[in-house]
Amino acid sequence: MSDNALQPVSIAIAALGGQGGGVLAQWIVALAEAKGYQAQYTSVPGVAQRTGATIYYVEMFPPAEQPGAGREPVLALMPAQGDVDICIASELIEGGRAIERGFVTPDTTTLIVSDSRIYAIAEKQALGDGRADAEHIRSAARRHSKHLVMFDMQQVADQNGGVISAVLFGALAGSRALPFALDAYEDAVRASGRAVEINLRSLRQGYDMASAPPGATPATEATRSTGGAAPDWTAEFPAARDIIAQGALRLRDYQDQAYVELYLQRLRQLLEAGADKAVLREAARRLALWMSFEDVIRVADLKTRSERFEEIRREVRAAPGQFWYAADYTHPRYEEFCGTLPARLGAALLHSKVCSALLAPLFSKGRVLETGKLGGFLLFYLLARLRRFRRGTLRYRSENALIESWLARLQDALRVNAELALEVARCPALIKGYGDTRARGLARFHAIMERADAVAAHAARGADELRTLREAALADEEGAAFEAALARRA
Amino acid sequence: MAERSFAAEVSKLRLPAGAEFRGEGILAVTKALLQSGVAYVGGYQGAPISHLMDVFGDADELLRELGVHFETCASEAAAAAMLAASVNYPLRGAVTWKSIVGTNVASDALANVASGGVTGGALIIIGEDYGEGSSIMQERSHAFAMKSQIWLLDPRPNLPSITRAVEQGFELSEASNTPVMLELRIRACHLYGRFRAKDNRKPAFTLREAMENPRRDTERIVLPPASFMHEREKVNTRWPAAVRFIETHQLNEFLGGEESELGLIVQGGLYNTLIRALERIGLADRFGATPLPIYVLNVTYPLIPSEIERFCRERKAVLMIEEGQPAFIEDALAALLRRNGIETEVAGKDLLPVAGEYTHEVLQQGLRKFIEKHAPQLQARRPHGVAAGDENETAANALELPARPPGFCTGCPERPLFTALRLLERELGAFHVSCDIGCHLFSILPPFNIGNTTMGYGLGWSGAAAFNTESSRRTVSIMGDGGFWHNGLTSGVGGAVFNQNDNVLVVVDNGYSAATGGQALLSSRTAKRSRSTAHAIEAAVRGVGVRWLRSVDIFDLGRVTRALRSALTTREKGPKVIVARGECQLNRQRRVRPQLAKRARSGARVVRQRFFVDAETCTGDHACIRLSGCPSLTIRQNPDPLREDPVAYVDNTCVGCGHCGEVAHAAVLCPSFSEVKLIENPHLGDRMLGWLRRAIIGVLQRQADRRRARRLAAE
Repeated sequence: MSDNALQPVSIAIAALGGQGGGVLAQWIVALAEAKGYQAQYTSVPGVAQRTGATIYYVEMFPPAEQPGAGREPVLALMPAQGDVDICIASELIEGGRAIERGFVTPDTTTLIVSDSRIYAIAEKQALGDGRADAEHIRSAARRHSKHLVMFDMQQVADQNGGVISAVLFGALAGSRALPFALDAYEDAVRASGRAVEINLRSLRQGYDMASAPPGATPATEATRSTGGAAPDWTAEFPAARDIIAQGALRLRDYQDQAYVELYLQRLRQLLEAGADKAVLREAARRLALWMSFEDVIRVADLKTRSERFEEIRREVRAAPGQFWYAADYTHPRYEEFCGTLPARLGAALLHSKVCSALLAPLFSKGRVLETGKLGGFLLFYLLARLRRFRRGTLRYRSENALIESWLARLQDALRVNAELALEVARCPALIKGYGDTRARGLARFHAIMERADAVAAHAARGADELRTLREAALADEEGAAFEAALARRA
Repeated sequence: MAERSFAAEVSKLRLPAGAEFRGEGILAVTKALLQSGVAYVGGYQGAPISHLMDVFGDADELLRELGVHFETCASEAAAAAMLAASVNYPLRGAVTWKSIVGTNVASDALANVASGGVTGGALIIIGEDYGEGSSIMQERSHAFAMKSQIWLLDPRPNLPSITRAVEQGFELSEASNTPVMLELRIRACHLYGRFRAKDNRKPAFTLREAMENPRRDTERIVLPPASFMHEREKVNTRWPAAVRFIETHQLNEFLGGEESELGLIVQGGLYNTLIRALERIGLADRFGATPLPIYVLNVTYPLIPSEIERFCRERKAVLMIEEGQPAFIEDALAALLRRNGIETEVAGKDLLPVAGEYTHEVLQQGLRKFIEKHAPQLQARRPHGVAAGDENETAANALELPARPPGFCTGCPERPLFTALRLLERELGAFHVSCDIGCHLFSILPPFNIGNTTMGYGLGWSGAAAFNTESSRRTVSIMGDGGFWHNGLTSGVGGAVFNQNDNVLVVVDNGYSAATGGQALLSSRTAKRSRSTAHAIEAAVRGVGVRWLRSVDIFDLGRVTRALRSALTTREKGPKVIVARGECQLNRQRRVRPQLAKRARSGARVVRQRFFVDAETCTGDHACIRLSGCPSLTIRQNPDPLREDPVAYVDNTCVGCGHCGEVAHAAVLCPSFSEVKLIENPHLGDRMLGWLRRAIIGVLQRQADRRRARRLAAE
């Protein structure tokens, strides 16, 4: 029965609210109509528009000169599995979702997908790294599509100060999945009359990128680099030269060369206790981060640096010479105030009921410091200069005591086995943030460390227990998973 | 809609006879109403019919020329009651809303108008929000049509069929003195297509003529004994009249081929999906040519016994394709055949799923089972490109993709309220939260995870009415300004005052009916030409007797938190209402952005704000995201080579509402948030101060850079 000469072209567009998926559908219909096709589109917007994902669906039917002219085709209102000729996705995960729903099939579908991420709330709200595995989706895209056009179209849109829909439209033209020349696409954009110049620029760049031979557009995700070749002195630690070089650089910047020596001394002790490559690398990383804890002095230093001013300028896209001012939201608590004082005085004030009753109210409110103006800048600048007194502060003393006790536990664990030691080395990952966030992480860290002492006797499963607890500690903020895991182990 | 113009759409409503109309389905319906000589139109906005309301709201001039009254009704019940104008007078009227929810609200008035019957054509256009993308409970409007005896049209989803259904709907209504529902599925409403326009018609009888020559007929009013008469009249007079009209004017269609053994019966709205499903299994072409005969029910209630008998009598089996449950049509069909001694087998929900949307895949599977059972010689093939086994099974392995639930927009004023609730829950313990309908309902989703129940529009406070007893902890109810004016003022606030409720209500006053597209409300603060606005919610709340009332700026997280804490802990008895104000950013940006751009172009001093996160001080815990959820507050790769967790990042869609900074303050999170103010067209003063600041800060920074360079060199 099927009349193969007259196959309509079906196009599914997966987009997020506000990305212009509807505009893209309209452009495609205008393009098709200009070429004599009969075309329609539909969608199910609604609540999905509020940051959710939406599928737009376009069908276009070839011009009437062909056999069957005069009869009205029956066009479908939703994409069917295995029956989508072109699938356009404005974001990588949404491309993955289209694949999962069966709208991308190896013998039929041209997949045009932007290799860019708009993170879902589940990925963003994780206490650690909750991001989906992008490479997994890229490889599925390669496997499931007949022809694949994949590059970071959001970046092209951003460079032009436009929207991604125009780049997608250009990529569609460049994919040659439709039998139309570039100028027909340009006409459709012109006819819509909206931000024509910017959209045309994006369209042409999308076209060029999509026309380039495969492999010519490298993945754009920032690659991690731990810097160039490590200096010679790191030869002492052959297993972790790169990390230790980074750590040393960080601590020299944070305090001074003597502090770096302390770092290296601590690592040497671990080596002597028998740390293998994995343990040493993890410990070197964690130790450098912990030793450069974010006290008031550190924050003040970072806030006043010239590189930071330059980064803000770039990020907010201020024109050269344009005036702009940053105002920093800070909320130092009484604890931070005491922590910055000489250790004895700080401890006395912190534990004195009278003093805390008198002084704590001064720290009950957050402050907005205008770092771009003289008052705010000078305050931060002077605080940053307290660096030379850091070793005498209460905060330094208490952090160092914590670090020492962790290192001691790490050495104990090394005597049991390397797996347990690696888990102990990983645990400082729980301590991050400021104020209550930090207190929460620290409490969980202590609970796990206590557990580490207990499980050391059961060498075989000790490491598994710690891993389970650490993962539970990062599962939710309220601590339900962690409490449950602790209870199971107790 | 307040901040968007529909001038282009309005111009389409003026198309003369013969011109080709191109546009979305719901706009085509709007045009068809004018072509049918409608005298009045009303409704309550909601997806997928908001567009009809928006366009009529902007079409004052055209409507005045034609003598058509357009009413923005306070609720669907109010809209249904408007049809009373067609009871005594030959006035054609149409009302519209989102269904099933709107039909639920309208049912009281619908039952009344259906009982007494109508003189002028009365059309109810319902946007059926069922299946993918739906935001409401999955129920059928069909039940309302049956129980009140309102005829139900479900035309094939193409613009000529849909617009024809509007015109035929009025005629059917008048021929049978019964209101008619036109059911449009969400995809049909948003379907872009074409049809040949006709000239608009002025109503033959005008509202003014009716007002100046009032008519009454007690037999049309629902009061005994007339009410008993109505029931008999429905069965004895109006129903047969409708059946006669539908049959004579061939509202239903017999399409497809001549196959004599089998037949398909389908709701008109599913016809296109059916044809594509048949095509996919090799039994139809793209023009709908198929060997299988198809009886298309463009009218799904009432059924036409003679047509059904004719279609079924000689066939071995028919497949009833009816979406949703209960299977009203299939059950009626089986009963009708049985009663007439027709042996034809009725297949339907035994081969197709009882519940859920009928997609291509679902229909393909059901059709193949039906064909294999009754006509294997037709050889339904497996659709190309679909995996073996279950056709719903996807071709790809599960990719473990994160879900993408809807959430608050960038800069949404509702976000601070839920941040405050989260913070207070930490302080006072969790409390019962009763939600309403509207954007604020997204609070139940991550990251806020707040809200225990939602019982309907405007029913936020009523949903917590049972908890009116001695307790150490109060309940919190939420209501939007939309729900408040829909009925929340009377059912929620009035009810709480009368019953001496001791709990808390927060009314989110964002200035628009935001969830439905930003339509103006009684309390909207932006002026609207043809509507009276700026009536404060606070005045209404006081007016019904609330004494504990606070108004707060919703972006002031501290004040919102204090007001809530006070409401939750005060010893004062009685209902407590907080009105939290902040304009919907979607609408605000539409209004403000062009203004700012224009001012900047004209050389005036403009200050723009946006937020920034320091990657160096951010430690990647994301507590800020869990307390905000703003789309522009996202994450990115940590630039620090020693750190793994991604850092928080404010992208360039930030509108500078300041909430993330407020959160960092209130929750004592971290010192990473900065507000950056950018000055365009600075004054001379700005410049001089700016240069001075730059000079001094520059000197100090260069000194610090040198010190640091020396430190780093000391290897």
